[in-house]
Amino acid sequence: MTGRRTLARGAASIVGAGCTEFSRRAGRTELQLACESITAALDDAGLAAADVDGIVSYTVDPVEETELVRSVGFEEINFSARIPYGGGGSVGVLQHAAAAVASGTAEVVVAYRAIRARSGATRFGSAKTAPSPTSGHSGTTAMQWCMPFGVLTPASWMALNSVRYMHEFGVESADFGRAVVQLREYAATNPAAWGFQNPITLDEHQESRWIVEPCIHLLDCCQETDGSVALVITGSQRAADLPHTPVRIGTASTAGLFEQEIASDHYRPDLSVMDGTVALGRRLFEDAGFSRDDIDVALIYDAFSPILLMQLEGLGFCGFGEAKDFIADGSLALDGSLPTNTNGGLIGEGYIHGLNLVLEAVRQLRGTAVNQVADARTAVISASRTGAILTLD
Amino acid sequence: MAADAPTRPSPTVTDDSAVFWDAAAEGRLVAQRCAGCGKLRHPPRPMCPACSSLEVEVAELSGQGALYSFAILHHPQHPAFEYPVIAALVDLEEGIRLLSSLTDVPKDDVRIGMPVYAHFVPTADGPLIPLFRPSEDL
Repeated sequence: MTGRRTLARGAASIVGAGCTEFSRRAGRTELQLACESITAALDDAGLAAADVDGIVSYTVDPVEETELVRSVGFEEINFSARIPYGGGGSVGVLQHAAAAVASGTAEVVVAYRAIRARSGATRFGSAKTAPSPTSGHSGTTAMQWCMPFGVLTPASWMALNSVRYMHEFGVESADFGRAVVQLREYAATNPAAWGFQNPITLDEHQESRWIVEPCIHLLDCCQETDGSVALVITGSQRAADLPHTPVRIGTASTAGLFEQEIASDHYRPDLSVMDGTVALGRRLFEDAGFSRDDIDVALIYDAFSPILLMQLEGLGFCGFGEAKDFIADGSLALDGSLPTNTNGGLIGEGYIHGLNLVLEAVRQLRGTAVNQVADARTAVISASRTGAILTLD
Repeated sequence: MAADAPTRPSPTVTDDSAVFWDAAAEGRLVAQRCAGCGKLRHPPRPMCPACSSLEVEVAELSGQGALYSFAILHHPQHPAFEYPVIAALVDLEEGIRLLSSLTDVPKDDVRIGMPVYAHFVPTADGPLIPLFRPSEDL
């Protein structure tokens, strides 16, 4: 299974990006949040609602397409899709949008996520039991196989993998903490972030209360957030006529393996390695013909800090078990070898279910990020199971 | 232990998963075994991923295994459970993995690789579910 085909390189581009504020209480519906971010993204792209013929979001997004169409004023939708796997599928919206554009199925696609993860009816981190075995196609069977045992939250599901990872490679909580300190340093200078003007020390990380011992302190967790992010994708030829320098989708891919789940990923033989992300890295780099050395900035899904380290290894930026040393060497900083989650990540900026990492990648390549990487031309985005490489080249 | 009190929620049983939970409700630990190729599998599913057979048998399991991983859950707390909950992944000697939780062991004594065995506790609506405890005195 080598040398397989990948998305036509650079056939589609991100031409618009928009968002709402990220907050603890939006005070308005997900539908309204989506309308606001989509309108902002279209304005940014220099396009109108009538130009849009495709929409794509997550299976778990609460916004009804029909309500969205009648609110934003889309005239005719020729392509709509929803991506499963929860946040693990967050970069999949780019893959589907780009594939639709590259195939001629649609011309202008809007990808969006609207969420009230903080003030809404259900918080990811709440202790919930489920009357239903279904999961909104989020890629987890936890409702059936974890909840009767009191294993009720994404942190508790992922912790089982994290503890095995720590055991195999001699990783300690402070190793996760050093990553979090870097994320909070980025967030401290990002006015949109929860962690704005509020950096932390490693001691503060270590002293924050246990959520799950011995791997997840409070400060290892992302910030459940209200808000919305939207992106506008079109063919690279049309993109050249629009106001912004196009951010080309160099490649975008999904890699899901036998028995792999999202969050409750407990049935692969070796849980100390995110081998789905190993497959994703092969798709993004070897199969699509990109080099890891070409990457100027990385955006990596950090719902909890351990999966940031495990993805760095899975993607091949360091060896298995070596992310702790890679991070201790300062690699994730602006002057490091792989500036990572420069908005503060989901831990420091907020949790728009991963789509704010795509937004940050666009900003970096446009040169408008708060913590700007000098001359950033190529970015990788990983949500463990879905990922993309964005490039100006 | 108070963790054995019948407050924990009963499993959500589907037509596909009933083979496991219905046996557990009676205090038996089982897995599906493919009638075509003999391969054990968990979680249950209608088709054997190895040979595509739809014919399935029910295999009784010993309940003996080793702790593959664990997690000590402190927050958030649900009133149905006693905290900290010790979440566990158990590799059973028959070669399949179960998610459950550990009882009868102080949290600081939990070690990856420790031998564990299944015991059954009632849930709020009555059905039993399998939990695990260490096989040796610590």
